[in-house]
Amino acid sequence: MKFILKILKNLPAYLWSGWGAIASILLFIAFWDIGNQIYGNLVLPSPLETFKTLYAMLHSQDVWEQIDITLYRASVGFGLSLLFGSVLGLIAGFFATASMMSRPVVTILVGMPPIAWIVLAMIWFGMGDETVIFTILVASFPIIFVGALQGTRTLDGDLKEMADSFHLPWHMKFIDVYFPHIFSYIFPAWVSGLGMAWKIVIMAELLATSDGLGASLAVARSQLDTPTALALVVIMIGSLMFIEYIILEPIKREVELWRS
Amino acid sequence: MEKLEVKNLNHHFGFTEILRDINFTLSKGKILSIVGPSGGGKTTLLHLCSGLLDVEEGSITNTFDSSSFAFQEGRLLPWKNVIDNIALGLLAKGKNKSISTQKAKEIALKFGLEEEDFLKFPKDLSGGMKQRVSFARALVVKPSLLFLDEPFSALDIGLKKELQTHLIEISKEENISILFITHDIMEAIRLSDEILLLKADPGHIAKKFSYALTQEKRDDRFVYEESAKILQDKDIIETFELNTLELK
Repeated sequence: MKFILKILKNLPAYLWSGWGAIASILLFIAFWDIGNQIYGNLVLPSPLETFKTLYAMLHSQDVWEQIDITLYRASVGFGLSLLFGSVLGLIAGFFATASMMSRPVVTILVGMPPIAWIVLAMIWFGMGDETVIFTILVASFPIIFVGALQGTRTLDGDLKEMADSFHLPWHMKFIDVYFPHIFSYIFPAWVSGLGMAWKIVIMAELLATSDGLGASLAVARSQLDTPTALALVVIMIGSLMFIEYIILEPIKREVELWRS
Repeated sequence: MEKLEVKNLNHHFGFTEILRDINFTLSKGKILSIVGPSGGGKTTLLHLCSGLLDVEEGSITNTFDSSSFAFQEGRLLPWKNVIDNIALGLLAKGKNKSISTQKAKEIALKFGLEEEDFLKFPKDLSGGMKQRVSFARALVVKPSLLFLDEPFSALDIGLKKELQTHLIEISKEENISILFITHDIMEAIRLSDEILLLKADPGHIAKKFSYALTQEKRDDRFVYEESAKILQDKDIIETFELNTLELK
C-alpha cells in the first residue's frame, strides 16, 4: 500500500519529464503531415483527418466492442504466458538439468515465426478466440520464460551464503534476497512479452477472425479506407504507450531505484 | 562456559585435500586469528566453523549462544538501504521492524556512518562505508561469537585502524569472541590473543603464537616490533615463501 502511494506521489514529476517525449511525437506528426502533402490523401491521410476519424470512431459503440474483444484476447493470451512463463521459468532456473533441456525448446519457440503459428493454430482451432490466444501464448511465453530462467540462474551465491550466515528464515530469504533479483530480470521480460502480445493479437485477428481491431483493420484495407486504418493504428499504439509509459514505467522506476 | 572446539578436522573437495588435522579451541571473550597465504584453506576452515559448510571428518563443537559473520566484500543486499541492510539480522531473529530500525540507526552512528547516509543504497557507498555497514550488520545482533573473513583487506590504513579500534572496543564491552582469518600479520598481531599459522597444501596448523598484552595497550610500536620478530620466524618464512623472493 505504502509502495503504491509512493508511486502515485512520484507520478507528477515523472509525467513532467515527458515533455521531451511529447516534443518528439509532435515532430513525428509534422513529418507525417509533410508525407501527406507529398503523396496525397489516399496513400497517407493527413494527421488531422486521421484524428478526426479517430474521434468519430471513439464515439461509436461498435468500435468499443471491437476494442473490448481484442483486449479480452490479448489479456487472456498474455495472462497465460505470464503465468506459465514465470512459473516454468523459475522452476527451470532452479534446476540445472531443466534449464539445459529447456534451451533448445526455447530456441525453437523463439525462432518459429508467429505467422507460421497462426497457420497451424487456424488448422487446429479454426477461426476464433482460441487461435488468437494460442498464438499470443506461444509468441510471448518464451520471452517471459527466458527472463524468469535468467533471473533464477544468476542468483548470487555470495548473498545466499550471507543469508545463511544470518539464519534468515525461508520467507525472508525469498522476499529479501531472491525476489528483488529475480524481479529485476522478470519485469522487463513481462514488458517485452506484453508488447509482443499486443502486436500478435492484431496480426492473428487480421488473418483468423471476423471481429476485433485486427479484423477491423482487414475491413479497412479491403475498402481502401486509409483514414480508418490509420486511426486503428493510432488506437493500438496509443494504448500500448499508455500501458508502458503510464503504468509500467513508474512501477519499474520505483522498484529498481537501487540499480541505476 | 561457551567455546568453539575444533578436533581432528579434515576436509576434502573431491579428491583434493584442503585441511588436515586441525585442532584448536576458542574460548569466551578471546580473539583468535588464523593467518596464512591465499589459497591455504582459511576460508574453508572459517565456513566449516560457522556451519556454512558441513563437517566431513573430525568434529566442531560450537556452544556459543549466537554468531554472526562479516565478509571480505561486505555482501550487502543491493536493493536495501543502509539501515535495512543493518537491520536484516535483527529481523531474521524475529525482532519487530521499529525496534530493529532504531537499533540499526544507533549502531550505524557508532560505526561512523552519518544520518544522511541512512537511506542510501550500497551502489552509492564507498568501499569503506560498505564495510562499516557490514560490521554494523554483524554486530547489531549482539553475537557471542563473530566470524570475520578478511574484512579489512580492501581498506586503506586509516580506515583499517579506525574499524579495528571499534571492533576491539565493542568486543571488550560485550565480551564477544572473534574468529578471524587474515593474510595480514600486523593486523593479526594488533587484534589477536592467539594466532594460528595455517600452512598450505594441505592446510594444517604449523605453529601457534600467543600475545598476553591486552589489545587496548598494544600501540603501533608493539605491533611493529612483534611483526618484525614474527617475520624472522622460520615457519612464517616457509609458509609465506618469503625466502624465495629475496632480491638478487
